Amino acid sequence: MPQPLAETDFEPAEVQDEVLFRPIEKTTRRFYITVAILLSFTFLMLIAYITQLRRGLGVTGLTIPVYWGIYITNFVFFIGISHAGTLISAILRICHAEWRRSITRSAEVITVMVILFGAGSVIVDLGRPERALNVILHANFHSPLLWDVCSITVYFTGSMIYLYLPLIPDMALLRDRGRKHQWFYRLLALGWTGTEQQHRRLEKAIAVMAILVIPIAVSVHTVVSWVFAMTVQPMWHSTIFGPYFVVGAIFSGIAALLIAMAIIRSVYHLEEYLKEIHFRLLGQLLLVMALLWFYFTFAEHLTTFYGNSPDEMRILMSKLAGPYAPLFWAMIVCCFIIPVAILGVPRWRTVRGTVAASAFIVVGMWLERFIIVVPSLSQPRLMPSQGVYWPSWVEVFITLGFLSTFILFYVLFTKFFPIVSIWEVREGREKSLEEVHDRVRTYIPLPLKEE
Amino acid sequence: MARWGMVIDLDKCTACQACVIACQVENNVPFNKPEEAQKGRNIYWIKLVPLPEGRFPEAKMRFIPLPCMHCDEPPCVEVCPVDATNITPEGIVRQIFARCIGCRYCTTACPYTIRYFNWYPPDWPTPMEESRNPDVSVRPKGVVEKCTLCHHRLQKARAKAIAENRPLAPGEYTPACVESCPSKAMVFGDLDDPNTEVSQLARSPRAFRLLEDLGTKPKVIYLAEGERSATTTS
Repeated sequence: MPQPLAETDFEPAEVQDEVLFRPIEKTTRRFYITVAILLSFTFLMLIAYITQLRRGLGVTGLTIPVYWGIYITNFVFFIGISHAGTLISAILRICHAEWRRSITRSAEVITVMVILFGAGSVIVDLGRPERALNVILHANFHSPLLWDVCSITVYFTGSMIYLYLPLIPDMALLRDRGRKHQWFYRLLALGWTGTEQQHRRLEKAIAVMAILVIPIAVSVHTVVSWVFAMTVQPMWHSTIFGPYFVVGAIFSGIAALLIAMAIIRSVYHLEEYLKEIHFRLLGQLLLVMALLWFYFTFAEHLTTFYGNSPDEMRILMSKLAGPYAPLFWAMIVCCFIIPVAILGVPRWRTVRGTVAASAFIVVGMWLERFIIVVPSLSQPRLMPSQGVYWPSWVEVFITLGFLSTFILFYVLFTKFFPIVSIWEVREGREKSLEEVHDRVRTYIPLPLKEE
Repeated sequence: MARWGMVIDLDKCTACQACVIACQVENNVPFNKPEEAQKGRNIYWIKLVPLPEGRFPEAKMRFIPLPCMHCDEPPCVEVCPVDATNITPEGIVRQIFARCIGCRYCTTACPYTIRYFNWYPPDWPTPMEESRNPDVSVRPKGVVEKCTLCHHRLQKARAKAIAENRPLAPGEYTPACVESCPSKAMVFGDLDDPNTEVSQLARSPRAFRLLEDLGTKPKVIYLAEGERSATTTS
């Protein structure tokens, strides 16, 4: 029999996991400074966007034929990052990976927050944002952009529910502590008392959502890729774009999650909850995704190269050896060479190592999105001249502002909600050891050696 | 029902760009500041595209007047999320300026790059503002526009025909570019009527369409250079 958990030297229940409540109940000066810095970028973003609204999209660096620039790059990038949360958390939950318990919440929040900025990037890109609701009034379901509207809406709703369900018992915990904003937590706890029946229902609902969000998440990035792949433009019109984008999304998503986890861990002193092992395991997953990403990239470009169709070759060469070559090779270095070099060495799969690799991957994956969107537009078939695109200050400020506002939302979330799921960690402590023991017994032919 | 189309004889075309000017005046296509033009943001509902071909010593420069192709299978119509661009039963690919949300998906999907975006509010030098064509709406900033085959002329001609209780006569509806062509290189009419000049020319062995292999089925048909060029060089 396993050692009864009560006998291991844990602190008494009342002070257990006290560190997880601390960010909500105590606000330091560092927090206000962080918020102020983030807000200043948000403010710059607002100035930039108001300029664009008043004067027109002419204030961007976009031209004919490069009609899409870093706004659309950001759209694809942010939606990609959103795959960190829901998908990873759902897969780990379904697989009963016990190490998920302390990381699922921080992952799911990324998804919900970042979708807002992904969808926002498209709104910012519109010439007439005030008419955006025409996509409902005059919906044309032939358009891949409308598929995007649908699947992202479903994804956002699903992820929101999937984030909220496991929050309920934690809301009840905060309500019962009764320190801050009790009315708020009472409202969100929905009368949770922790009875057996409530637990059973909650577990069931979470299980259903975990299965539902996986196909939704896959569909979202597939549909994002189809915005490009459904046109006849060279190097966009590719059959592997769907899976290629999904792989890239999970890849950049894990990287973003690792960075978020490392920051939470050091700022809120959660070393006991987000341990080295979490980073090592996610680092392994990241390594697999890096190899998979490279496989797709290689296959895509090699096929184009051997096809040798003049339209496609012009675009390909502008990436490999033309004006976009520095960005292209930077992407290969950031997404493949450096991450594989770091993560391939088991000794370096530490917190520091995985975070360093993740930082390169996030930058590299942004470049990848740029390299997919812009070069294909820059050399149309019937224009001898090529468009030169360089983002303007408006686009740069809006991009930085989106990033900082996303971080701001995330930071504010940690101020109102526990960023590590408290009840799930406790459940892990109280129940899952025996559960795992029982589960293993079912895998292996009897008789097991019983002590 | 008519299926409107155009034939452009590249042997007759002198690349004079009268069509470009006629179109700009007819359709209230706004002027552009020089620095904006430098950025390549000019709007042309029809423009003259230089297409350099081959290398020395076989190098050749072709000029092709490029309006909207009014494809029978238009990629732009397929991708517009709000149905702001669609194809009429008579085959004209039109643009609803008041509905367009300015996402520019159509401009990226069009393989001919003939769709234009209003980067700024349209602007005319002061006296020119007075001489705008009242039949064509001025496009606001943030929407996409392109050649409509002078759709307003069709509406006008048809209204007149209905008022006089007769069918639309051939030649009654002609876009401004075709009308202005000094060398009569452009012919316009019903492609479905086997007796019109345009449909006869469209069946000529010299006829070709731009980027035919993309399956867009353009209704602007070009006649390849050959006959006259051959006689002049020999």
